[in-house]
Amino acid sequence: MTKIKTADAVKNCRGVGCPMNMVYTKVELAKLQSGQVLELILDDGPPINNVPGSVIKEGHKILEQRQLADGAWLVLVEKG
Amino acid sequence: MIDFTSEQLERYSRHILLQDVGVEGQAKLLGAKVLIVGAGGLGAPAALYLAAAGIGTIGIVDSDTVEISNLQRQVVHFTKDIDMPKVESAKEKMLAINPGIEVKTYQECLNADNIRAIIRDYDFVVDGTDNFPTKFLVNDACVMDNIPFSHGGILRFDGQTMTVVPGKSACYRCFFRKPPPPDAVPTCSQAGVLGAIAGMLGTIQAAEALKYVTEVGELLTDTLLSFNAKTMNFRKVTLQKQKNCPICGENPTVTELIDEEQALTCNLRQY
Ligand SMILES: [Zn+2]
Repeated sequence: MTKIKTADAVKNCRGVGCPMNMVYTKVELAKLQSGQVLELILDDGPPINNVPGSVIKEGHKILEQRQLADGAWLVLVEKG
Repeated sequence: MIDFTSEQLERYSRHILLQDVGVEGQAKLLGAKVLIVGAGGLGAPAALYLAAAGIGTIGIVDSDTVEISNLQRQVVHFTKDIDMPKVESAKEKMLAINPGIEVKTYQECLNADNIRAIIRDYDFVVDGTDNFPTKFLVNDACVMDNIPFSHGGILRFDGQTMTVVPGKSACYRCFFRKPPPPDAVPTCSQAGVLGAIAGMLGTIQAAEALKYVTEVGELLTDTLLSFNAKTMNFRKVTLQKQKNCPICGENPTVTELIDEEQALTCNLRQY
């Protein structure tokens, strides 16, 4: 899969559990303008199962979500 | 925007996670200044929750020292604090919860001469006094200086509270025109009060302060919320700003602050 948009910011939440990964995600999104993209790395398991849904609920868009070689997930979020 | 430290992000994570609050809301809380009048039954929980919430500057006014009879409901004061000024006792606990805030203490009795100079520095006032003259004084000064505040009162098993945004919503004097005569008012020491209702009401007042600062939800403006702890009935009565209100009406008759009879005795007990 190719990236639809290049990220304006990157946040690596490897090793960060719920809900602090969502806190860091919100902090990063708060720094962006609407339409800008955040590249988020989330652990497999609860983080990838929870964070994207919460991000959508807060009015943002998930552009892409794919698993990396180490099992973590790369998620591209467009700020709403 | 404030650059949060990772410790702050952890500390305030449960605020930041709220969609309505978020990082922006927490930044507003850290930048806010709230004054608590009275370090008694209502002021105690308000002080603890506002400190915990990260209100950046909290002022607290009280002229009294801690007495053993306060400890049944004034949860910011401990047995070891007896005889200590209440404002110092409260400050110690607030900073123990949250060393990242500033607490300003005013160990004095609010009166017509000093109140405006004190409240002027604040964005919001939590009125936790137990006597009518001071409640009127706080109302009048806040209306004159355009400072939103939360009114609160408790007695026996009952509590009542309303939030006033001067110029926009009904003020305390819109309904309670003037303090009742001093001999008609049962003082707290005569009437008694169930300790936990101080926590219930003071915590509602703290929530109103947080809502005002973060601009979340609907305040208890034009609304008198009352409850009775025996039945746990909560009731809201809708109020309207009165055109003939002596202070916020069209032709105000209260144009300067005065000390009502009861307020002159500084020996007032907080609820
Ligand atoms: Zn009025």
